[in-house]
Amino acid sequence: MRKILFVMVILSVLLAACAPAATPAPAPAATTAPAAAPAATAATGNAAVKPTGFGDILKGVLARGKLKCGINPSNPGFSVIDSTGAASGLDIDMCRAVAAAVLGDPKLVEFVPTTGDTRFTMLQTGDIDVLIRSTTYTFTRDTDLGLNFAPPYFYDGQGIMVKKASGFTKLEDLNGASICMGRGATTELNLADAMAAKKLKYTASLFDNPDDVFSTFEQGRCDAMSNDKSGLIAQRSMAKNPDDYVILDVTLSKEPLAPVVRQGDDQWYDIIRWTEFALWIADEKGVTQANVDDTKAKSQDAELQRLLGVNGEMGAKLGLKNEWAYNLIKSVGNFDEIWQRNLGPTTKTAIQRGINNQWTKGGLLYAMPLR
Amino acid sequence: MTASNQILPPPTERYTILNWLRKNLFQNWLSSIVTLVMLYVIFVSLRGILVWTLTEGQWQVIIANLRLLMVGQYPLQQIWRIWIAVGIFGALIGLSWGLWIRQKLAATLITLGGPFLLALLPVDTATRLTWVGVGFITAAGFGLARVFPRFLRRIVLVAWLVYLPVVLLLVRGWTAENGPIPTVGTNIWGGLMLSGLIAAVGIILSFPIGAALAIGRMSRYPLISAFCVVYIELIRAVPLITVFFMSQTMLPLFLPSGFNIDPLMRAMTAFTLFNAAYMAENVRGGLQAIPKGQHEAAAALGLSSFQSLRLIILPQALRNILPILTASVIGSFRDTSLVMIVGLLDFLGIARVVLAQPQFLGRHIEVYIFLAFVYWLISYIVSYIGQMIEARTGVDATRR
Repeated sequence: MRKILFVMVILSVLLAACAPAATPAPAPAATTAPAAAPAATAATGNAAVKPTGFGDILKGVLARGKLKCGINPSNPGFSVIDSTGAASGLDIDMCRAVAAAVLGDPKLVEFVPTTGDTRFTMLQTGDIDVLIRSTTYTFTRDTDLGLNFAPPYFYDGQGIMVKKASGFTKLEDLNGASICMGRGATTELNLADAMAAKKLKYTASLFDNPDDVFSTFEQGRCDAMSNDKSGLIAQRSMAKNPDDYVILDVTLSKEPLAPVVRQGDDQWYDIIRWTEFALWIADEKGVTQANVDDTKAKSQDAELQRLLGVNGEMGAKLGLKNEWAYNLIKSVGNFDEIWQRNLGPTTKTAIQRGINNQWTKGGLLYAMPLR
Repeated sequence: MTASNQILPPPTERYTILNWLRKNLFQNWLSSIVTLVMLYVIFVSLRGILVWTLTEGQWQVIIANLRLLMVGQYPLQQIWRIWIAVGIFGALIGLSWGLWIRQKLAATLITLGGPFLLALLPVDTATRLTWVGVGFITAAGFGLARVFPRFLRRIVLVAWLVYLPVVLLLVRGWTAENGPIPTVGTNIWGGLMLSGLIAAVGIILSFPIGAALAIGRMSRYPLISAFCVVYIELIRAVPLITVFFMSQTMLPLFLPSGFNIDPLMRAMTAFTLFNAAYMAENVRGGLQAIPKGQHEAAAALGLSSFQSLRLIILPQALRNILPILTASVIGSFRDTSLVMIVGLLDFLGIARVVLAQPQFLGRHIEVYIFLAFVYWLISYIVSYIGQMIEARTGVDATRR
């Protein structure tokens, strides 16, 4: 009895000692955020004043000779690993573009598998240099977690899929319907909000496993299913007859997917942003893998000349070689080429460009002027 | 001596199939009905699975991804390193079998024939030939062991001890990119190989740590025993998954920046420390089962407490805990699948990767059946080897 008591005492002392140590775990990340912020604002006023951490990540990547890119290893269309072990997908090609811009070779990238739980920590601790893992850009993540989000490269949103035979075309048609979806606060809440706003009644069936959602829906046990649109498209593509299903033209939530870097290294943040902008400028102006050499030699467009390193020392301003954008377009292609390769109509995960088109074609992708 | 000669063996029943059936399945009308009903249920469920497996299952997903499932994204040009590890393993198994377990003919045939059976799998010719080679190496090991049993015994034991570090070094590599044995980053280790390595490291390292903790827990010195008790009870009060999460998401935040430990290393350490706590309790069970008289007898012979532990207590204790040791080895092997949750692509993790390939979307059942089969096969083999060792060390004889 005395021994048990002794053990209990020891245990409780230890637990008490552990508790305060364990709870502030996210604190180091949170505390760096305010510390870095004033330094960053100072840098914009005076180029000579560099915040702490400025340039560290680029230095690390160059010294290592490899980019460490955090990915999701199993996300059809965005990042998949084929049977030979090679990676492909929209996220994967974005990683390759960064590697091509920084190191001149898209192959110099280590794809580090991350999970929804480990991804931000791995970024904070430097296990990865950049996270391109279909990560939604939100306020809390941007502020609380000590992260910086580059511009979204894929504007996703929660959608609704129905059977074509049902004849449903808009949200109002689903009054009184049963809707299947994955368990998880946002999916449920977004739908509840949207339905409540229109005073529509429905029955929600919740599942832990996303595959169960689709199979239940496929068996006709619910009238509709809800998920992020990119997910709906992937799930539709695995049905026996994908044409039997329609994704309604309804968007219940905003899910902008963006690359993420850790706060405090603005040079690296700039590199990621301008890698995206370079992909978009090339898309907007029709510079492709095939014609980039020709464009570089002949184009009279001043912005393209700056982009491809004909004029100006743009690369140096990022700490990169002057051919940074040329390299990435030459080896990975422009944003449309990346899209068509992974999400184009010939793939099994076809998604319309829609709002993910260039601003000149009615989409939301808008590269800042390169000058 | 004379008395024991007069004790007759118990009468043996004639052991025919008919006798057995009558005794076990059709003893009376009730048991006959139960037997028939159960046979029907088993038939129906098995038929469903078999028909599905043979006719509806689209096994192309496994055949196309066999390499990914086995070794993950390990580069093709470097796979020979894994084959060398497999070859040495085959040789060691052959040698050990020849030295210690050769009596069972059927099991011996299956062990020696295993690599040849694997060569029948739908893989490319080079892989088949390699498996045949591994088969010959295994058989050669067995033959050698039969010829030079005395000479080889010590060598094989030492070889088993250094096997794992050598394999880890070989798989990881040590030269630069263009050298002969280039380093392969742990981020592309995966598949069954990764599960096996995590399990092997965890089980093998946890054993000495666990034994030390068990002995420490029974120590006379309160500080040592308190430390061991707290360690064991704390770890055992926490699910393995939490330990993994701690190691992957919290530990890096405590470390000084720039001081990074490889994620796989973190997972292996966490797994080892977790297993050690359970191993400690297994060993303690064995230690406490040794009667006090043994300690006292050892002391009476003038052995120091360390000597008595090494020569008298531990050998008996370890033999006693063999069955539970086998069980915990199997349990640990299956526990490795939890590393998937912290982002490592072990056998289960890589299966998820395979399921995301656009051309194989929706092939869940095939992939998971394959996974279950492989996990079962390996667990069964471990369990069988455990039984062999038990029979060899006489656990059965002393306990029955």
